[in-house]
Amino acid sequence: MPASTAAVALRRIGRATLNSVERLGFAARFSVAVLVHSPSALRRLRLTLREIYFSGVLSLVIILVSGLFVGMVLALQGYDVLTRYGANESLGVLVALSLVRELGPVVAGLLFASRAGSAITAEIGLMKTTEQLSAMEMMAVDPLARVVAPRFFGGILSMPLLAALFSTLGIFGAYLVGVRLIGIDAGSFWGNMQAAVDFRYDIVNGIIKSVVFGIAVSLIAVFEGYNARPTAEGVSTATTRTVVASSLSILALDFVLTVFMFRGLGV
Amino acid sequence: MPAATPSVVAPACPTEIAVELTGVSFGYDRKRPVLAGIDMSIPRGKLVAIMGGSGCGKTTILRLIGGQLRPQQGRITVAGQDVAALDRDGLFAMRRKIGMLFQFGALFTDLSVFENVAFPMREHTELPDELIRDLVLMKLNAVGLRGAAQLRPSELSGGMARRVALARAIALDPMLVMYDEPFAGLDPISLGVVGQLIRKLNDALGITSVVVTHDIYESLKIVDYIYFVSEGRIVAQGTPDAVRASSESFVRQFVDGAPDGPVPFHYPARPLDEEFARAG
Repeated sequence: MPASTAAVALRRIGRATLNSVERLGFAARFSVAVLVHSPSALRRLRLTLREIYFSGVLSLVIILVSGLFVGMVLALQGYDVLTRYGANESLGVLVALSLVRELGPVVAGLLFASRAGSAITAEIGLMKTTEQLSAMEMMAVDPLARVVAPRFFGGILSMPLLAALFSTLGIFGAYLVGVRLIGIDAGSFWGNMQAAVDFRYDIVNGIIKSVVFGIAVSLIAVFEGYNARPTAEGVSTATTRTVVASSLSILALDFVLTVFMFRGLGV
Repeated sequence: MPAATPSVVAPACPTEIAVELTGVSFGYDRKRPVLAGIDMSIPRGKLVAIMGGSGCGKTTILRLIGGQLRPQQGRITVAGQDVAALDRDGLFAMRRKIGMLFQFGALFTDLSVFENVAFPMREHTELPDELIRDLVLMKLNAVGLRGAAQLRPSELSGGMARRVALARAIALDPMLVMYDEPFAGLDPISLGVVGQLIRKLNDALGITSVVVTHDIYESLKIVDYIYFVSEGRIVAQGTPDAVRASSESFVRQFVDGAPDGPVPFHYPARPLDEEFARAG
């Protein structure tokens, strides 16, 4: 009996492994197909601009408000710690580096996955459920070129802009709290920040991170939507998977990118 | 038309064939075959219905003809071209000559009625906007919805959505139009309108039409020929008059709407006494 239970368990593990490998291979093939069709997003510029509006412009409210509050909280917490060491004039540096290097790309990426990634998955999934993708195929129009590529590109272009705006509003929020509320000298707040933040090392690396997160979230969102089961439950599951997979991917990729980008940390 | 399966009427004289299925078998997985040895030929200019119960493989036949699925056995030709032998470009070139109306219209919800009908023209032609406008309005006029051009799909009733989808299906003047359950969920007036439109467009444009449906009464009014599919096989075929007069058991059950017959009421199960004896 134990042997048979072990065999059943082993079979389940084997089946789950095979399914995972198959899905991974399918996702890889899908990614290649999306990349092959990507140039069509440039030919369909109006569609791509529309997607930038939907995934970028419509995400502005949540990104800007979150950025402002994250910056304000960072300033409050940072001031509390820095005061203990008599370094409260470095508040601007602390906030700017935290936002530009890490929090901007990561938090904006997580919010982007929740707001835009889930919407992309749900939209494509519903198009599949209502046979719009099949109709397109039957009209000799490739859905990968017409539906997927513009959304993929729209996401990639939106993400770095959203991350930049998140960081900008975060720094502004820190200025409001640190300078206006607490009373830190504005000159040292901005001057120290300007001296400590390196364009290539900090800002460019932050932008690279946000582009990578944009690629990951957009790819996951279109993949899950395109391969959703054409039922209400299927679309709901796909949307959830997008948010979970995107969030985990962002955190994992952030670690890997940080290791490569900031070797001065001693890693 | 061939009489490869039990037939209720002698086949019509062979004419130029638009679509032909020869010994076509297909299954979504190995355990459950959906179609088993289907033979069917659809002459150019005719309106042919494929009928059968839910899940009998009717829609699968349309997907096979359109090249969205590939048969595991047999051959499908559209205008003489072997569909399975076509590469992606060839398949897309063939589909430009085919229009398809999906069960609930499958209109693009982010586009207006006008843009839905203009969609194939914009994708496949270089026509100027003025000409596209005129063509779209002509197509919409043909289905009686010129005045609804600026509405969104969400503002349409089921029957109107089906008519817009019909206008879109004929946008590029196809040689073949396939209809997947065009009558499903329609009120009697919309049903009659859609039925008559299918017939009139078929005759006026000289196209070939394949209608997948289980609405026997509407079909008998408009089609030239009917194939009955059950359990993946063609179990009967004939003209509407022959179908009405048929004594073939499957056809009679279908026409009369009888709950039991060749298509059983009960899903296969153990005998009743055995089931209850076990439970006791």
